[in-house]
Formats: sequence, C-alpha cells, structure tokens
Amino acid sequence: MNKFVWKKKDLLGLEELSADEILHILDTSKSFYEISTRAIKKVPVLRGKTVVNLFFEPSTRTKTSFELAEKRMSADIVNVSASGSSLTKGETLIDTVKNLAAYKIDILVMRHSVPGSAHMLSKILEASVVNAGDGAHEHPTQGLLDIFTIRQKKGRIENLKVAIVGDILHSRVARSNIWGLTKLGAEVILVGPTTLVPKHFEAMGVKISHNFDDVIGDVDVINMLRIQKERQKKNLFPSLREYSDLFGLDERRIKKIKKDAIVMHPGPINRGVEMSASVADGPFSVILDQVTNGLAVRMAVFFLVTGGRKGKGVM
Amino acid sequence: MATVIKIMDKEDISRVITRMAHEIVEKNKKAEDIVIVGIRTRGVQLAERLLGKLSAITKREIPFGILDITFYRDDLDRIDEQPVVHSTEINDDLTDKVVILVDDVLYSGRTVRAALNALMDFGRPKKIELAVLIDRGHRELPIKADYVGKNVPTAKDEKITLYLKETDKMDDNVILERVNE
Repeated sequence: MNKFVWKKKDLLGLEELSADEILHILDTSKSFYEISTRAIKKVPVLRGKTVVNLFFEPSTRTKTSFELAEKRMSADIVNVSASGSSLTKGETLIDTVKNLAAYKIDILVMRHSVPGSAHMLSKILEASVVNAGDGAHEHPTQGLLDIFTIRQKKGRIENLKVAIVGDILHSRVARSNIWGLTKLGAEVILVGPTTLVPKHFEAMGVKISHNFDDVIGDVDVINMLRIQKERQKKNLFPSLREYSDLFGLDERRIKKIKKDAIVMHPGPINRGVEMSASVADGPFSVILDQVTNGLAVRMAVFFLVTGGRKGKGVM
Repeated sequence: MATVIKIMDKEDISRVITRMAHEIVEKNKKAEDIVIVGIRTRGVQLAERLLGKLSAITKREIPFGILDITFYRDDLDRIDEQPVVHSTEINDDLTDKVVILVDDVLYSGRTVRAALNALMDFGRPKKIELAVLIDRGHRELPIKADYVGKNVPTAKDEKITLYLKETDKMDDNVILERVNE
C-alpha cells in the first residue's frame, strides 16, 4: 500500500485527479470491499455525519449504490429529488443548496444536467461535494469503479488496450473513463459512428475508430455504453438496427475477442441494441462485478473526502 | 537529544511469546474454540508467532484472523488526514469462540476498545482475551490485558517501538526512546 495522503475535500471529476490520487482511491476501495461480505454489513465510519443525495436527473442504480454505501458507513441520509422539490417552484440551485447547507450537512452527493454544477457548489460549500454526474461532463465514481473492476480482473491498468464503444459524445461515463485510464497508462480507443465519436476527442490522448471489427480482436477491455434511443430522433444514426449491426456486441462479434478480454457496461443495458442478452450474461461479462465494486469505491470516496483536517490523531 | 534504551532483544521476545502461548493453553484447557486475531500492523506478526507456538503445543490447527481497526477509531474527526485503511481478514464466524486478541503495545486502551467493537460485528464470541507484548501503562479506558509479555513503566513523553524482522528488515527488538530536556 502506498504512503500517499489524500487532501481533497470533494470528488468532482477524474480530470483534476493525479494518477497517485486515483490509485489511492482504488487501494482504499479494496479495504472497503470486505465490509459488504460480512454478516453485519455496517461500520461506524460516518456515524453522526449527514449526507444529502440531491438528484436532479432520474437515477436508480447510482442512487441505490450511493445510498447503500452511506448506510453501510452509518451516515444519516436525506434524499431530495427534483420533482417535488422547490426547484419546480423556481428556486435557483444555489438557494436550494445553501438552504441544505444551513442544516450543517457533511456531504452533498449531486447529479445535475449542467456540466460544472458540482464544481461551482464545491467552492461555496464547506461540506464535501461528490459529483454523481454533471451533464455530459463527468461521472467520477462510475469511472473509478470501471477502472477498479479492470484492475481487479486484469491485475493492472498500464499498457492495457481499452475500447469504449458507443455514444461517446453525450457520455459522462466515457469522459471519466478516458481521464482516469489515460492517466494510469492505458491505451484508450473510442469506437462508434462519426456522429457520436467526433474527431476532437483525439485531443484527450485517445485513438478513434469507426469500425468495431478492426479493433475488437486487439483489445483487453471492451466497455459498451448505453445507446439512448432518443438520439436516433436527432438523426445521429439511421436506425437502431443499423447501429446494432455495426457497433453492437452480439454472438457473432464476441467470437472475435481475445480469450482473456472482459466486457463491461455501466447499465442499464438495452438488450439487443448495444449488446445481446447472451453476451451480457456470458463468460466475458463483468457487469455485475461492476455493480458490487461500485459500492466499495463509493464508500472509499466518502471515507477520503470526509478526512478530519482538524489536527493530529490521538491513537 | 534522545536517549535510546533497548528493553527486549530477539531472545527475550521469543521467550516471552513461548511463555504467553503456554499461559493461553493453561487457561483455555481445550484450546479448541480458540481463534487468534492480530491487530494491524505489528499485532499481526506477533499473532502469527503466537499461533506457531500454540499449534506446536496443542498439535491443532487454530483459526487466525487480521483486524484493521481504522473504521472504529474514535479520533477520525480529530485527525489531519485519513489514515490508510487496510483490509480486515476474518473468515470465521466468531460466535461462541474464544478470541485471543493480539497487539504489540498496550497504552491508552483506545485501540483495544476499537478492536472490541470491530470484533462484535463478526459475531458474539464466548470470550475475548487480550495478549500484548508490552504494557506501558497510562490507560484512558478501563481495559486490562490477560497476557502480558513485559510490563514497562514509562513516562507519557517516552516512546516505545517494536521492530520485527518481517516488517522492519532488522533483528527483533523493543526500543524505548526518552527525549531529554
């Protein structure tokens, strides 16, 4: 275990983290993994701390994962969702959050459609801010749990070839993965139609391919992103069927992958679109490991961002 | 300047661990419900050595666990940086077992308090006993060891450190450092 010391109050994105900081979160996550395997799945690390989960966009799995992480660390939690909050009455985000902060909360977990919203709040709040997704910008805990899973299965990140396939343009998951993976020395290849994988992504230090079959036999990790059916209406691709034919991972295409490759998906899966059911449930899939690991990673993040900052230890 | 005094050497430590192993067997006649649990970090190596002696005496395989007490510390709110967390490795249900908790130096008692809370989350042991290599006094909680390697009266500003060949790449020994005014 490294001797690195965590100093940050917030987790906003992987862009602003160093390789050492990312590795420290991953190492810490390993220690939290064990808690969920116990008969009594609870430790008193966040006892007496208050966490507010503020979700302005619908979310099931991310919210459940954050909530379970909070509960297993003994935090007191409050859930606020956009529908039914005073935001529908025209209150600004800053007013909403300042009101929550007046209750002396310790951690704010927020998902919001505006990129940079978590960053803005972190500057005015004394509480720790954990970004649970800000527009198409970043989804750092998803990026971390993906990288944790790759490291768990492949033993390393350095020099691995990782393909991220699908709607990169609108994906915060892709961006967090790209930042994290490239910092840790992986080679990232983005795959998808030109409309969803524009050339300017090359500036992030990745390769781009518009032909999945060219890439598939050469990579160690395939991370399949969800295709949002609404995108088709904006003419970004002609039909779901054609998309699936060119960029979907099905029975036929899975035969071409390396024998020790892994297949990932952040969920929820459109079975039959980006991935066939047999692949999602097949031997290469680590999709449910990602879910389990997400819990450990989120616990580690809470532990690190709530670090004392108040003086010397006494034990 | 600091005065450095060697309180125990390799042979002393080995002798004391052998003696403690015999005491444990004497007190827990059957030794069959015993589980040895070492507190990270130095407690783990001591626990491993104690386990070796106990297995030799009882000719029995004794379950072994490792406890990281970070999640249960009472000072997480008061420290500058979060300590590095290591994993806890306890694979047995501790219900109805006799747990021998092992640590290097017993001082304020707060580490042991945290360890007791942690152990309770792994079941309901029949009994928990505490074995320490050094008891240096200055307890802040009502905690007492069942097996003590050596009692060392100290002043609060003195420092006791155990070095072990497994972790420190030097011969086993216990050092007392005294800061001279």
